Amino acid sequence: MKPAPFDYERPATLAAALALLKNDSGTSKVIAGGQSLVPMMNFRIVRPDRLIDINRISELDYHRIEGSDLVIGALCRHAALKESDLVKQACPMMQAAYEWVAHGPVRNRGTLCGNLCHADPASEMPAVVLAADAVMLLRSSETKRSVPAGQFFVGQYETATADNEILVEVRIPVARKNQGWGFHEVNVRKGDFAIVAAAATLQVAAAKVQAVSIALAGVGSHAIRLQASEKALIGRNADDAAFREASAAGAVAIDPNSDIHGSAQYRRDLAKTLIYRALCDARDRCG
Amino acid sequence: MKQTEVTLRVNKKERQATVAPRLLLSDFLRHNLHLHGTHVGCEHGVCGACTIIVDGSAVRSCLMFAVQADGCEVTTVESLGSINKLHPLQQAFWEEHGLQCGFCTPGMLMVAIELLSKNPNPTEDEIREAISGNLCRCTGYQNIVKSIASAAKKMRAVTEAAA
Repeated sequence: MKPAPFDYERPATLAAALALLKNDSGTSKVIAGGQSLVPMMNFRIVRPDRLIDINRISELDYHRIEGSDLVIGALCRHAALKESDLVKQACPMMQAAYEWVAHGPVRNRGTLCGNLCHADPASEMPAVVLAADAVMLLRSSETKRSVPAGQFFVGQYETATADNEILVEVRIPVARKNQGWGFHEVNVRKGDFAIVAAAATLQVAAAKVQAVSIALAGVGSHAIRLQASEKALIGRNADDAAFREASAAGAVAIDPNSDIHGSAQYRRDLAKTLIYRALCDARDRCG
Repeated sequence: MKQTEVTLRVNKKERQATVAPRLLLSDFLRHNLHLHGTHVGCEHGVCGACTIIVDGSAVRSCLMFAVQADGCEVTTVESLGSINKLHPLQQAFWEEHGLQCGFCTPGMLMVAIELLSKNPNPTEDEIREAISGNLCRCTGYQNIVKSIASAAKKMRAVTEAAA
């Protein structure tokens, strides 16, 4: 239960951190809160040769509104976001989902960006940023690129982040006034990872679905958007019948695993129910 | 691997040491500083027994490296009270039977300290939420909740009397 030896660097600036990663071939790990990485190091599932600690890079510790986006820096802790009035206004779905994320001491130290980079298949925030159409800002010492959340999660614990890149910022479009949202989850105990979680946003005009997003966690190797269900809802009446169809179709479209917490069939059943509930809540919250 | 020099304050006392980067903060406290009050249960952030306060926030000391605490203000259970003069929170755990084997107690005390520093009058739900990341296998939690509520009440009375 002790990590393997590693070298330790604690750069003071983002530029210095990126310079350290410049010629890295995947043997270094960036550490922020360490709430996922350190357990994996303690188990020796992960054995980096070098840790690059970004905890003293204060320029990365922020969340603010820029234009029409809520932007969240790499060092912004879960606890700050959970309590933030800004998040409450700009992305209430995220704040509601935080009720399901870990426990106080873990949220005090863990960061949103670290959580997203860890990409646990049953973690809540990947589903939230997918449903919220977030964009990830990845930087290396020479490059800067924006990756939509839909292209960021590529596998189990695997993201589009290259070995020489850091996820420096998440940009979430501020929720429109007429946008409703829903977040539902089932897990074993409070603070555990989800068995299944569903996040949804909805905009309704003249009782018809104008825009919709549905994301799930816990039903495959990584969090996903249900594009076929979304597409089928556009232009339909925002009523129970349409939501039941969309959630049933969503439950068929996924390919969940069985494990000690539930069978694949149980996860499909949960997905169907949770998508439906998230859509109903989203409709009821449409301004 | 290169050893690193760290300087930090632990329970208001400055401490200096040369440590390997992989040394967990929990092990640093116990092995290097001989502060055995911080208990080590699961060593992967699940049980909460090793919870301490770093720069005002409760954190798991098994999920931090000692090198990361360089320059930090660390508070452990040893800062609370002594055998002859218990902290009101420790006194309440004693009176309300908030412990049996005592293994989870240091972590419970430290999350309760953080809770009461931010919220001197917590509801039962808020207490349960605060200790939700700390596992106890003896008490069934009921008496821990009672202990924290009782301590809150006594500590408020002291604050009010002083005001």
